[in-house]
Amino acid sequence: MKKNNTRRSFLKNVSIASLSAVALTGCSLKELDQFFQKNFRTLSKKEVDQIIKDLKVEYKEKYGKEFHVSTKPATEGILFGYALDLSRCIGCRRCVYACVNENNQSRDPQIHWIEVLQMEKEKGIDFAHSDAYYNPVKVPEKGHFYVPVQCQQCKNPPCTKVCPVKATWTEPDGIVVVDYNWCIGCRYCMAACPYGARHFNWGDPEVPAEEINTEVHYLGNRPRMKGVVEKCTFCIQRVRDGRYPACVEICPVGARKFGNLLDPESEVRYILENKRVLVLKQELNTQPKFYYFFGV
Amino acid sequence: MDFIRFIAGSVKIIFQGSKTYYAWLLFLLLLILWGGLGYSTQLNEGLIKTHMRDSVSWAFYIGNFTFLVGVAAAAVMLVIPAYVYNWKPIKEIVIFGELLAVCAVIMCISFIIVDIGKPMRFWHMLPLLGTMNFPSSMLSWDFFVLLTYLLINLVVVIHLLYRLFYKKEYNKKLVITLVFISIPMAVAIHTTTAFLYNALPARPFWNSALLAPRFLASAFCSGPAILIILFQLLGKFTKFEIKKEAIWTIAELMVYAMFIYLFFTIAELFKEFYSDTEHLLYWKYLLFGIGDNKEIVFYSWSSIIMGFIAFVLFLIPKTRKNFVTLNIGAILIYFSVLVEKGIALIIPGFTPDTLGQIYVYTPSMTEIRTAVMIFSLGFLLFTFIVKVAIAIMFEDYNIDVINKKARIADRKAQPSTN
Repeated sequence: MKKNNTRRSFLKNVSIASLSAVALTGCSLKELDQFFQKNFRTLSKKEVDQIIKDLKVEYKEKYGKEFHVSTKPATEGILFGYALDLSRCIGCRRCVYACVNENNQSRDPQIHWIEVLQMEKEKGIDFAHSDAYYNPVKVPEKGHFYVPVQCQQCKNPPCTKVCPVKATWTEPDGIVVVDYNWCIGCRYCMAACPYGARHFNWGDPEVPAEEINTEVHYLGNRPRMKGVVEKCTFCIQRVRDGRYPACVEICPVGARKFGNLLDPESEVRYILENKRVLVLKQELNTQPKFYYFFGV
Repeated sequence: MDFIRFIAGSVKIIFQGSKTYYAWLLFLLLLILWGGLGYSTQLNEGLIKTHMRDSVSWAFYIGNFTFLVGVAAAAVMLVIPAYVYNWKPIKEIVIFGELLAVCAVIMCISFIIVDIGKPMRFWHMLPLLGTMNFPSSMLSWDFFVLLTYLLINLVVVIHLLYRLFYKKEYNKKLVITLVFISIPMAVAIHTTTAFLYNALPARPFWNSALLAPRFLASAFCSGPAILIILFQLLGKFTKFEIKKEAIWTIAELMVYAMFIYLFFTIAELFKEFYSDTEHLLYWKYLLFGIGDNKEIVFYSWSSIIMGFIAFVLFLIPKTRKNFVTLNIGAILIYFSVLVEKGIALIIPGFTPDTLGQIYVYTPSMTEIRTAVMIFSLGFLLFTFIVKVAIAIMFEDYNIDVINKKARIADRKAQPSTN
């Protein structure tokens, strides 16, 4: 018994010693923890809680602000869909910058989840002759129309199919998300996406602390790191709380509509049933849940 | 104990050599240093040090990866003709072919590692440890076949050299079985790599069923080109003897491969240019540039011209059988395929991008330096293992030599015992 006791106390001492050693090198231990962090979908509730706790501390240190990091799951009976009125869009790009602010996209290097293309009315929807860098004093320009493109939240997404590590997937409410802590940054998804909707953090993303949005979702707008892919999530942090995406809210001409595709009373369903609707690159069978329509 | 002596002896062999040999090592080391310093800035600051951006999200690194998969594949596929034509020394051809394949695969994996944004998370791809997206992702397939291919070839060459070293007969059944597995595996690694690109309907430039056949044909041009030159060097500096006829036959096979490649490419070009659909844009960008964006035209035409000269040199029997012109042809075709895979295959796939925008890509200095680092490391590794292989095969470096030396050393140290 006694011998056993001493052994136990020895073990105790050793563990105290190693723990304090670990505490001294606390920083690298956290990095080690992050290194071994598993795919988000295989984490237990307890592990997720711990990760969120650590993230809040990390963000507080970095930005000096309290963050609310949500992991709110999808609600049953909801499948999000989007509709964009091509006849209304004036190409003002307010949606682009509202999205940048809401979703904490890097300001330098610059990342935009929405790209607005200027097209010629004569040519119709023709990517080869479109211009993403139009810069007149006033929009809309005569003879042109505008096609904003962001993640089309495909039902048959080529990006999740090619990911070698299952770091990106479709949530039950139809949002395609990325686990920034699991993505290896191979960018195969970017090669596979026919809409240029995925963006890579080529350098360390920079967002000024005074501009950071502290209402974040783990699978959405939380601050990202260098070397991972990110994309539009329909503002997952907002829409899962029953709010509109930032781009819908900001649009000055009401060209952007959003709602539940499973709800027959929703605005998107009305549009699908009553307007002339199209999806981009239909021939690729990606089956977007982002519809373009002509409202007038 | 014997094994440690074997390793120690091998290390000694690696560091023994002529002045030219040392100059070669120094040259490689300097290149590695220069390249490594370039790569370290990428490690610190991220892939922003490259010229890749969202529009062209894969480029020079992945192109070099593709090229080296071809080298790795062709080096082993050369075993088939060696077997069919009964070239002597077939065992040596197998060993050098597989050594080249091993180095090429290691370089392939290095190019993937420098290309990914989070190299430390590489383990996410491993089965069991990570969450490998198998069988859905072609990248996980590619990783899987490359790893298998590497292991098979390693086992074969290590077994052969080890047995030679111990002056024992090698296990014929094991070696022949593995070599016969590694040949279809060689086809598999290059086909899977082609499918990696082929699998993307978002990129019409690659979405052609001819992509994989073209890959194989071009690999059969570049891989043997290295071996032709290596065999001549070995013949000159070691006891390795290969018949001239064997080299000419390799060259002849390369002509067939070049012809098939040319035919496939013409078929592809006919389809694209005659149909004149929106998908023609990518070929136009490659061959003529779009508007003022002609930066890539230089690369594509230099590849075409080098390839064409090599084809003519190899096609005419007189120049094929003249070793000067033969070697010029081999070097030209090697660089032609390198540029074709490194630049001309990847960049037009992304230019214009999926939304029709043109981002002009040419490799940055960091990318070039990183590539130089990997190539020099690969050459260094290849030099070392070829040196050991030569010693074992042609210079009677074996267990007896080591034991004799050990006994002499023992006697000197302890004259009284035993």
